[in-house]
Amino acid sequence: MPGALPEGEPWPESNTLVPQAEGDRSFHAYVHIPFCEVRCGYCDFNTYLQSEIGGVKQATFETSLVQEVDFSASVLRDSGFNLAKLSSVFFGGGTPSLFAAAQIGTVLDSLRERFGLSSEAEITLEANPESLSLEKLEELAGFGVNRISFGSQSFDPSVLAVLDRRHDPSKLQPLITAANKIGLRTSMDLIYGAPGESMQSWQETVEQAIDHGTEHISAYSLIVEPGTKMNRQISSGELPDVDEDLNADKYEWMTEAFESAGLDWYEISNFGVPSVHNLAYWSSQDWWGYGPGAHSHIAGNRFWNRKHPAAYQAALNAGSPAAGIERLTDRQRLEEELMLGLRTKFGVRKQLFTDLGTPPAEVARQIGLGNLKPDGNRIVLTKEGRLLADGLAVNFLN
Amino acid sequence: MSPRASKALEPSLTPPQQLRNFCIIAHIDHGKSTLADRMLQLTGIVNERQMRDQYLDRMDIERERGITIKSQAVRLPWELDGTSYALNMIDTPGHVDFTYEVSRSLAACEGAVLLVDAAQGIEAQTLANLYLALENDLEIIPVLNKIDLPAAQPEKYAEELASLIGGSPEDCLRVSGKTGAGVSELMDLIVQRVPAPEGDAEAAARAMIFDSVYDPYRGVVTYVRMVDGKLSPREQIQMMSTRAVHELLEIGVISPEPTPTKGLAVGEVGYLITGVKDVRQSKVGDTVTNRQKPAANPLQGYAEPKPMVFSGIYPIDGSDYPDLREALDKLRLSDASLVYEPETSAALGFGFRCGFLGLLHLEIITERLEREFGLSLIATSPSVVYEVTKEDGTELVVTNPSEYPDGKVKEVREPMVKSTILTPRDYVGTIMELCQTRRGSMIDMQYLGEDRVQLRYRLPLAEIVFDFFDQLKSKTQGYASLDYEDDGYAAGDLVRVDLLLQGEKVDAFSAIVHKDKAYGHGVRIAGRLRELIPRQQFEVPIQAAVGSRVIARETIRAMRKDVLAKCYGGDISRKRKLLEKQKEGKKRMKMVGRVEVPQEAFIAALSSDDSKTAGKK
Repeated sequence: MPGALPEGEPWPESNTLVPQAEGDRSFHAYVHIPFCEVRCGYCDFNTYLQSEIGGVKQATFETSLVQEVDFSASVLRDSGFNLAKLSSVFFGGGTPSLFAAAQIGTVLDSLRERFGLSSEAEITLEANPESLSLEKLEELAGFGVNRISFGSQSFDPSVLAVLDRRHDPSKLQPLITAANKIGLRTSMDLIYGAPGESMQSWQETVEQAIDHGTEHISAYSLIVEPGTKMNRQISSGELPDVDEDLNADKYEWMTEAFESAGLDWYEISNFGVPSVHNLAYWSSQDWWGYGPGAHSHIAGNRFWNRKHPAAYQAALNAGSPAAGIERLTDRQRLEEELMLGLRTKFGVRKQLFTDLGTPPAEVARQIGLGNLKPDGNRIVLTKEGRLLADGLAVNFLN
Repeated sequence: MSPRASKALEPSLTPPQQLRNFCIIAHIDHGKSTLADRMLQLTGIVNERQMRDQYLDRMDIERERGITIKSQAVRLPWELDGTSYALNMIDTPGHVDFTYEVSRSLAACEGAVLLVDAAQGIEAQTLANLYLALENDLEIIPVLNKIDLPAAQPEKYAEELASLIGGSPEDCLRVSGKTGAGVSELMDLIVQRVPAPEGDAEAAARAMIFDSVYDPYRGVVTYVRMVDGKLSPREQIQMMSTRAVHELLEIGVISPEPTPTKGLAVGEVGYLITGVKDVRQSKVGDTVTNRQKPAANPLQGYAEPKPMVFSGIYPIDGSDYPDLREALDKLRLSDASLVYEPETSAALGFGFRCGFLGLLHLEIITERLEREFGLSLIATSPSVVYEVTKEDGTELVVTNPSEYPDGKVKEVREPMVKSTILTPRDYVGTIMELCQTRRGSMIDMQYLGEDRVQLRYRLPLAEIVFDFFDQLKSKTQGYASLDYEDDGYAAGDLVRVDLLLQGEKVDAFSAIVHKDKAYGHGVRIAGRLRELIPRQQFEVPIQAAVGSRVIARETIRAMRKDVLAKCYGGDISRKRKLLEKQKEGKKRMKMVGRVEVPQEAFIAALSSDDSKTAGKK
C-alpha cells in the first residue's frame, strides 16, 4: 500500500487557481508512470504491478496523461497565468522505461504543443537497466529525451537482494557509455544504508558508480517507511535495523569521493552537474505533476492527484484528477523556503531569518558550532551541517 | 420489598427518629458508585431518563479513574412498616490520600455500609476505613457486592467479614449493584440497624463541615451535618475556627440535585451557600454556628490538612508562569489541601513548590492544571519533608532536595509511616523482601482468614511515595493492598545525589536518598536519562554525584544525521507536515542549559520500572 496523501481542501469546482505568491518562477513538468515489474521491499512510492491496477493499461496510459496535459492547460489559462515555456520535464515512477519510447514521445509532444519547451529544456527519464536497450535509448533521444537517470542503487549483489532489485549491475556500463555517446546526459541513483550494508560495500559501490562516468549522481539514504515490507522485516528481526551513525560515516566518505572525482555537492543527496528539475523542487518554482498521486506547485498552491490509477482515471474523466489542494500562507512559504533552501549549495538569504523571527543569536550559535557559514548575503550549510539540515530548520522555527 | 416513601419528609421538620445517616465504605472498584446509582433509582429520586453511570461522581477525572475525590450527601426517601424515613447517604472518598476527609465524612454518620467485592474480599484501604468507622462508634452493616459475578465467593468472604467485625457470616447481606438484587433489603436494614441521630434540638446550632466544594457559579457549597440546633436561611453564621461571619444565602438538601429548604434541623445533612469564593473560608472539620446565638465549644476533630509530599511545578514555556499562578489560585478555591509557594530553579526557571496529600493528589492536580487550564507542565520528582540539623545546630526544614545543605550535617530526620498491607498468603515473602529493600521494619503480622495476611511495617515515607504501590501491585499480581498513616519522624543516614548535564548541576534532578542507596540511585538515574534525553547536536555527558564525588557517568552521543534524503516526487506538503510535527514535539522539551530535556524525563527518570520506556534508537 502506498503512503497516505496529505490532507487538504477539496479542489475548487471552478477549476481555477488563485496565486498565493508573487514573483517570476520557471515552469516544469513531472510525469508519473505508475508501473513496475516488481515491487521493491523498501518502496512506498505510488506504483503498481500490472496485476494490481484493474482497468488501467500500461500500453495505453499515455492517453490519460495527455488528457491531464489538456486539463492543466485549461486550468492555467482560465486562471490567467502567463507561464514561461517548460524548463524541464521529468518522467519518474514507477519504472518509466517500461513505457515504449513512442508513448513518452506522445506525452512530450502534447506538452510541447500546450506550453512549449525552452531550447535548453532538460528532459529526463528514469530508467531501469532491465527495461532499456541501445535501440530504445536512440528512440528516446529522437523524441527529445536528453537525460537518463539510471536506477542502479548498489553494485553489491547482496545489497541489491535486500532491496529486491533484480537487475544485473554489469548491464549498466554499456548503456551509460552508449547514452553518453549519443549525447544524452546521464545520472545514476544510489541508495545507502540498506540493512546489512557494510562501510566497505558502500565504498565499493561509490567507486564503481564514479567509474561509470555519469555527470550526476544522486545518493539517498534508505528511509524505512511504515507499511513497507522492509519495515515488517526489520520489526520481526529478519533484517537488522538501519544504523544512522554508520550512514553518517557513509555520507561523509562519499562526499569526499564524489568531490575528488569532480562531482560537486549541490543538494543534500545530489552531486555533479545540477539538475534543473531537481533544483526546481528546492526553490519552489512552478511545476505541474501529471499522473496518479503526482504533486504540483503553482504560485503557492500545492495540490496532488488521486493515487490509484483507476481512481485517477475516473476523476480525470469526471473533471479533475486532483485529490486535494493546499494554499500556502505567507508564513508557510517562509518556512518552506528555509526547509528547502537550506538543503542546497545556494542556502537561504540572510533576511529570511529576520522574516521568520529567528533570534540572530541562534543563527550565530549554529555558525559557531560550524554547521552554517555566511556566503555573501546568504547563509549556507557547511559540510558538517549538511547532515543536520532538518534539525537546523526545526531549531530556527522555534 | 419496601415501597418507595409515599410521602417524602420535609427537611427542617423531620424528627430525628425518622432520619438515618450512613456512609458506604468500600475499596476502589468494589462497586460503591454503582450501588449508589441503584439506590438513587430505587428510591425514585432519579428517573430512568436522567440516570447515567456513576451519577454522583461529578468531575471528569472521577469518572475516568473510577474514584471519588469529593464527597456527596444525598437524601433518599424510604418507607418501612408504614413509616416514612429520610436516609442521608454520605459518599466518602476512597483513597489513602484523602483519609482526613474520610474521617470527617464518617463523623457525620451513625452507620456504615461495609461494602466488599464478593470476588475479592476486603482490602487494606477498606480495613483502615472500617477501623476509622469503629473508632467513631458507627453501626457496621457488612455487605457483599457483585454476587452476580461468576467468580464471587460470598461464603468465604462472609466468613472473613464476620471474623473482622464479629457476628455470624449469615448477617452479611448479599447484593449486586449491577442487577439491583438485595438493594431494597439493604435499605430496610439501614433503617432497622442504623441508630437515629441524637442531638439537642434546643441548643445553640452546631454543624460539622464534612466537605466543601467550589462551584464556579455559586461559590463555595459547604456540606454539613447538623449536630445540635437548627440553621435557617438568611441567618448570620459563624465559622468557629476563624470566627469569620457569613450570611446564609441558601440552605438545602441534595436529592440528588441541590434543593433549597426552610432550613436544616438537628440530625439532618445538607448544604450551605454563603457566597464565599474560597473553600479555605469553609474548611472541612470546622464547626458552623449561629452568630447571634453561638455555641460555646466547637465539635471535636478539626485539623488543618497537612501536605505529605512536595513537587516543583514549572511551565515548560516560561512565559506561561502567570497563567500557572492564576490556575493554581483557581484550583485552590476548590481544594483546601493544595498549598504552594513560588520557587526558582536554576534549571527550570520560575515555578511553584506545591504540597500534596499524596501522589494521587499530585497526579490529579497536575492533570487538572494541564486539562482544565491548557498548560504544559513539568512536575519534578516528589519529595517528602526533611528536618535537618546543621553542624552549627541550626534547624532547617527541607521540602526541595536542592535546598538540602552542602557538606556535613549533624542529623537528618525523615517522615515515617505505619503501613498496613493485606495480601494473600502466597505473597508474604515477596512483600517482606520489598519492604526490606525499602528500609522497612516489621511491626507485626497476623492472619485474617485462612489465606489472608495482614502485614504491618514502619517505613520511611520517602520510600513509598514514588512507586512502592506500583511495585506492590505488580509483585502480587494486583492482590495486595496498602494503607498507611503518619508515624512521626526518624533520623536517617541520608545524602543528596545530584545530576549533572554537561558538567552543570540540574537542581530539578537532585534527590535525597539513603547513603547505601546513593550509588544504585545514581547509576539508575544516569542510565534512565541517557535513554530519555534525545541525542543533541553535541555530546552530552551525564554524571551523578554526591557532593563533589562522581558516582556514575553516562554519555549521550552527538546526533550526527538529522536529515531526510529526499522528497517524494515533489510532495513538499508531506515534508512540511513532518517539520511541523517536529516543531510541536520541541514545545514539549525544556531547555536545561543547552540541552533539550523532554517533559517526561523529570518524573520518569525516577521510576524504577525500566520496561515503561521503549528503547531509544
